[in-house]
Amino acid sequence: MSQVSLLTKECKAVNYVSGPLIFVQYVKGVSFGEIARIVLPNGDERTGQVLDISRDLAVLQVFEGTSGIDSKETRVRFTGQPPMIDVSIDMLGRIFNGVGKTRDGGPEVIQEVSLDINGMPINPYARDKPADFIQTGMSAIDALNTLVRGQKLPIFSGAGLPANKLAAQIARQAKVLGEEENFAVVFVAMGITYKEASFFMRDFEKTGALERVVFFMNLADDPTIERIATPRCALTVAEYLAFTHNLQVLVILTDMTNYCEALREISTAREEVPGRRGYPGYMYTDLASIYERAGRIKGKKGSITQIPILTMPDDDITHPVPDLTGYITEGQIVLSRDLYRRGADPPIDVLPCLSRLMNLGIGPGKTREDHRNVADQLYASYAYGRDLRRLVAIVGEEALTELDKKYLKFADEFEKKFITQGEENRSLEQTMEIGWDLMSMLPEEELKRIKVDYIRKYHPAYRKG
Amino acid sequence: MYDVVKVGPEELNGEIIRLDGDLAVVQVYEDTSGLKIGEAVVNTENPLSVELGPGLLSSIYDGIQRPLPVLMKKSGSFISRGISVPGLDKEKKWEFVATAKKGDRVSGGDIIGTVKEFHIEHRVMVSPNVSGTIKEIKSGAFTVEEPVCILEDGTPVTMMQRWPVRRGRPYRKKQDPKLLLVTGQRVFDSIFPVAKGGTAMIPGGFGTGKTVAEQTLAKWSDTQIVVYIGCGERGNEMTDVLSEFPELVDPRTNRPLIQRTILIANTSNMPVAAREASIYTGITMGEYYRDMGYDVALMADSTSRWGEALREVSGRLEEMPGEEGYPAYLATRLAAFYERAGRVVCLGSDGRIGSITVVGAVSPPGGDFSEPITQNTLRIAGTFWALDTSLAYRRHFPSVNWIKSYSLYLDSIQDWFVKSGFVDWKEMRDRTMYLLQKEIELQEIVQLVGPDALPESEKAILEVTRMIREDFLQQSAYDKIDSFCPLEKQYWMLKVILTFYDRTSEAMGKGVSLNKIMKLPLKEEIGRMKERAEVEGIKSIIDEINKSVATLVVEL
Repeated sequence: MSQVSLLTKECKAVNYVSGPLIFVQYVKGVSFGEIARIVLPNGDERTGQVLDISRDLAVLQVFEGTSGIDSKETRVRFTGQPPMIDVSIDMLGRIFNGVGKTRDGGPEVIQEVSLDINGMPINPYARDKPADFIQTGMSAIDALNTLVRGQKLPIFSGAGLPANKLAAQIARQAKVLGEEENFAVVFVAMGITYKEASFFMRDFEKTGALERVVFFMNLADDPTIERIATPRCALTVAEYLAFTHNLQVLVILTDMTNYCEALREISTAREEVPGRRGYPGYMYTDLASIYERAGRIKGKKGSITQIPILTMPDDDITHPVPDLTGYITEGQIVLSRDLYRRGADPPIDVLPCLSRLMNLGIGPGKTREDHRNVADQLYASYAYGRDLRRLVAIVGEEALTELDKKYLKFADEFEKKFITQGEENRSLEQTMEIGWDLMSMLPEEELKRIKVDYIRKYHPAYRKG
Repeated sequence: MYDVVKVGPEELNGEIIRLDGDLAVVQVYEDTSGLKIGEAVVNTENPLSVELGPGLLSSIYDGIQRPLPVLMKKSGSFISRGISVPGLDKEKKWEFVATAKKGDRVSGGDIIGTVKEFHIEHRVMVSPNVSGTIKEIKSGAFTVEEPVCILEDGTPVTMMQRWPVRRGRPYRKKQDPKLLLVTGQRVFDSIFPVAKGGTAMIPGGFGTGKTVAEQTLAKWSDTQIVVYIGCGERGNEMTDVLSEFPELVDPRTNRPLIQRTILIANTSNMPVAAREASIYTGITMGEYYRDMGYDVALMADSTSRWGEALREVSGRLEEMPGEEGYPAYLATRLAAFYERAGRVVCLGSDGRIGSITVVGAVSPPGGDFSEPITQNTLRIAGTFWALDTSLAYRRHFPSVNWIKSYSLYLDSIQDWFVKSGFVDWKEMRDRTMYLLQKEIELQEIVQLVGPDALPESEKAILEVTRMIREDFLQQSAYDKIDSFCPLEKQYWMLKVILTFYDRTSEAMGKGVSLNKIMKLPLKEEIGRMKERAEVEGIKSIIDEINKSVATLVVEL
């Protein structure tokens, strides 16, 4: 613990307000990053954080917004402490606002310990390799883009696509094979509407998981700047639950695009040099400080798995938010409008999807020996079928060779039978079964990605005979 | 300028990066929360340096050479601030064997003895700026700080040297890179080779397999030493390397790969300023082993994060931004870094030759190669491996785009291939590239008029290029046999495919239909070449092709 001075510094010298920032003059001994309480003329209290200090000027970002702050009567009290959150196992089942205050009308949480919300980077040497296969019950994820414990796997969605439904279904169905362990969900809402938030709440209620969930709610009409602190508060709680109470924590963050917009707002107010599309140049580092808090630690039982959801503006995957996210996270699940219109449910476009940690979680002893091969083959064949679709649009189906027609059919069936599953919760065996059935539509010598032994063992033609 | 300073009561490490009158600007390598105005700053009067000596191999460091295992012992699973730990273990005794003797005249770079560091002979050298006559030298067990040799003028020589990271270590003369860096990857070795002492860049959007490519290179490159810098990348990736390398065995020495590897990890959530330093820390260690006369491969994943760190610091300094907010000196810094690669005659009297090959990954935002870091690196890198998103979507790995990529070492390396017994390598490579280029043109036609409109001979080209793509260029990094493909096997695999093309065209000239040839069991045989470990079996496919196609001609 760092030493905290008993003297609190309070002053009445707000001299400039700009957007979410206030500039306080004539202050001494203020430290970088510390938290301040701002008392408005009408007695309201708000929280701010020091972003910048120079000789006698401090710049603060105010989490609850700056409306009502004046330059005469507003008092600023510096606490000398970094932003902290009180954490406790009793937080499970409760609802908090964006900065960790209760929001469900219940009593305050009695703290077990108070922690800095910024956390500290995990020593790469102390990290444990993620290796436990999580069965989500979704074929497109389990077979092709396997999720493992301690991974961060975002969902790239577009406006109007059912990302929430997918996330809720994953949260509901996710389990590690052969284990019944303590799990918890930390749900972080950033700038989403009440309707979306209540969808999740109802879904958790329905499955009886509500008392295993910690909610952090910063809804669309809550102050924007609060969003900067929301994921950090939530992840601090998640770290506490995972590494002190040994829970398997799943963190759902939605929507990261709103978070980045809040980041941009502060950056502009500070008059920083903007990077791409006005987002600050340090957004990569900032996002990394959130995403990298997923993982497992050697010698600890708990883990943090993250599923951030973000909306690609105009379905553009090269937009800075999905782009930088993709560079940090260990893969991505991409939803496609095209597939959604074709009626695929969930509309996961598997081609741009990826799970970087897949190989750690699959294979003999974990899933099945043919898993990798089957995934590769399905990918390659589906991609080829998709290419042919474009060709057909120009030259018509008649111009295709017999083999190509089979591929075309394969791609259609793949979307209909494999990807589409609705509310069904498929076991990995079922998923693989469907995969093999689909592959049997193609001639055997086309299955180049699969070892001959596995074909002999799993191919429907051999199994029947 | 560039002196290391200690800031505040926690003694955070920092470095002076600008002097203006009596004002110094310090970049701090750790999180600065909690610092106040008026806090003490102490100058150590030393530039940022690394400790070089036995004990580097198989270590894992952060960006400023703090060993991560020691940090973990001191501060637990999370890295806290203001911890100072030496880069090398000062307690450990190493068995020093003197090779020089009393009365020898030595100067910078001369080898005075050796230490066994795993299977590698660690050559203890005289520091570059020291020379004199040996007064006393002794073998035995010493720590890195104890003098093993004393010169006439009283200068002690220890096994450890300190070297400022921002200054390249001196060498006698640069040489042309003429030897192939064998990586065991078909698309790299056979099609776009990089020379030992050369530079290569791997740009690609996310998910195109940059990291897998870097890691594969780190695993299979035929160098004695590998330095792997994880610069602003994922923590789990470093864990992956850490857990995998001790288990993997170097096919050339039969030793665990970790024993020839130095890891530097500055993950994306570790402080940005240390990211900028990590690249220099890594290459200085690489140069140290180069000076011993070893071949070193340095992997930097990813240089974009390093460039972004420069940008961030430059932004805070309120410098006038260049393109996309990057500082105007980005190109100079990049060039200066890549130029530290090379094949050189080392300092010292024995004229030994060492090399550093630099392979830098680049992460262009949105996969757009027109951004400053990719463009500036392109101007200096000798081999360009362009990773392609659409290939990655199709799970064509390594997703190297064969049309955009190039290698500037083809001519200088040709001699090496000829000497190694692959006389017609260049010719085969050129034919392969010609066929692949032709495929692109033909595909454009197919897009317009459909595949049926093509003449038979061109359909044959499409069939063969498909083989080249699927059966030669694609290579699994995870398959036991396929992840490392020896050069000889590569050569014969390509030869098989090209022979197939030759025989097919000949036979078709005599009137055999393409359909008939494709129905032969050859296609599957070729498709399974990857899975075969022995080269003889692959060679025999050539005879089979000759025979079975000839039968078809006779049947006519």
